[in-house]
Amino acid sequence: MRKSALNKWTDRSFFAVGLIATLTGLGVLLILLTDVLTDGSGRLSWQFLTSYPSRRPEEAGILSAWAGTAWIMALTGVIAFPLGIMAGIHLEEYGKKNWFTGLIEINIANLAGVPSIIYGLLGLGLFVRTLALGRSVIAGAATLALLILPIIILSTREALRSIPFSIREASYALGSTKWQTIRYQVLPAAMPGILTGTILAMSRAIGETAPLITIGALTYVAFLPASPVSAEFPFINLNGLSDAFTVLPIQIFNWVSRPQKGFFANAAAGIIVLLTITFLMNAVAIWLRHRYQKKIRW
Amino acid sequence: MNGRLRKLKERLIEGALFLSALLSVFITLGIIAVLLFETYGFFGEVSIIDFLTDTQWTPLFSDKHFGILPLFCGTLLTTAIAILVALPIGLTSAIFLSEYAPSGLRSIAKPFLEMLAAVPTVVYGYFALLFITPLLQRVIPSISGFNALSPGIVMGIMIIPIISSLSEDAMHAVPLGLREGAYALGATKLQAATRVVVPSAFSGIAASFILGISRAVGETMVVAIAAGLQPRLTLNPLVPIETVTAYIVQVSLGDTPAGTLEYRTIFAVGMSLFAVTFILNVLSYWFTKKFREVYE
Repeated sequence: MRKSALNKWTDRSFFAVGLIATLTGLGVLLILLTDVLTDGSGRLSWQFLTSYPSRRPEEAGILSAWAGTAWIMALTGVIAFPLGIMAGIHLEEYGKKNWFTGLIEINIANLAGVPSIIYGLLGLGLFVRTLALGRSVIAGAATLALLILPIIILSTREALRSIPFSIREASYALGSTKWQTIRYQVLPAAMPGILTGTILAMSRAIGETAPLITIGALTYVAFLPASPVSAEFPFINLNGLSDAFTVLPIQIFNWVSRPQKGFFANAAAGIIVLLTITFLMNAVAIWLRHRYQKKIRW
Repeated sequence: MNGRLRKLKERLIEGALFLSALLSVFITLGIIAVLLFETYGFFGEVSIIDFLTDTQWTPLFSDKHFGILPLFCGTLLTTAIAILVALPIGLTSAIFLSEYAPSGLRSIAKPFLEMLAAVPTVVYGYFALLFITPLLQRVIPSISGFNALSPGIVMGIMIIPIISSLSEDAMHAVPLGLREGAYALGATKLQAATRVVVPSAFSGIAASFILGISRAVGETMVVAIAAGLQPRLTLNPLVPIETVTAYIVQVSLGDTPAGTLEYRTIFAVGMSLFAVTFILNVLSYWFTKKFREVYE
């Protein structure tokens, strides 16, 4: 009798322990945000967003950093999005159950777990050296594209898998070919899921620091990549692809690792900008997922 | 004719899709080729026995030693601390969310935990160096400004969502009937959870656990910022150390010309890191597969 009372008491108290454990993570997140906001909000200003880095902390800004981030992210998306979707479609819709598909599957699962710095070494050996792209915007974007490719493939497959088979059968019954069925029925229905996964993958890429340091992104950049828009025909200028660059997380890292205290406030202000973008992307992804989960009932 | 053209188009598209899927295999091959090529050059100059047994790592000094043990010791130390933080908290939180929490709380808590995973690692590095370390210095005055403890704790917090989310999924997949069986025998909720649900979901929990270790081993920015860049063969968490990943960052920040021995060290070190995480990832994949076979 006494033992069962003890058991009941342990059971009840576990509720409290579990709640505390779950709140630990959230509590730390709150502390982190408060810490960064108190350290950095004083430095956030128009001047901070529109200045190049400087030796004097109060004059330094993140102009070259966010311009580099914008370049890298746009290119990473352009490379990884179509490739990821195509690979996902192949594996989910065309792949036959044989040893080779099995190999590709275990390979992608493994790639998703390879440390990002290893992708940096791949980018250094392959893009920077072997293909002689140098420490350029395009080498950085290609490296990050390979890094997020497995994530996009996995979420594409998951989204395609959730489309019921009857949709495909109905399309075949109307005489569509396999590709027409995928292109006009399955893919549009799976698009919200694919987009959610892609946004999450991009929000991971935007915070990546180590692989870009490894391929040799600079830590002090006082210029911008050549503008993609030009005044003369054909109005598009791709010279920026081969320019050197830095990105927001690298700029933050640079400021954190300086001994002078003044730069810590700059790092915190940079973090506020980076976290705002990251959380916005995540919020959009969660909202998309939530909205379509509610709307579509097969 | 039209039909034949359409068939050709279908074939072409299928081929293009196949090539994109094949690309993922080439990424792995590319990683292995790049790492092997430079590592081969490295072992042309440094003996593999020195690499594995020498207790000093000083490739950037004039008296060069190439023993990887101090770097792996740093990785082991920070990973162990991270797991000591993440495993109990993550697992308790998973049991709570899966077995105890009302579904409303569960659906609110999960996206917030995912936010923890979305924070860029350079931010955690900042947090470790400028918040956790000063806090620790108040409790342990002898701790130095760079140490293994602070980044280890922060990495642990970073890994909590991986362990709690994946373990919770595994526990959620355990059929209700098993719990009801336990209740019918007079078990409390906690007893049902720890003696029935957790053992039944063991392979999923193990997979999340291994994935957490793999993440900690490969984590770079937190340790590069807060652990110091001093390779040291020690298990003392209060002194500066250097991990495998932080060394690669350290060399990359300098201007090391391609083809030199210093340049090759980062690939040799990277190869070792890749080998360790590869084994962990395959193990985790195997555990996940096993758990899927049982309940899906």
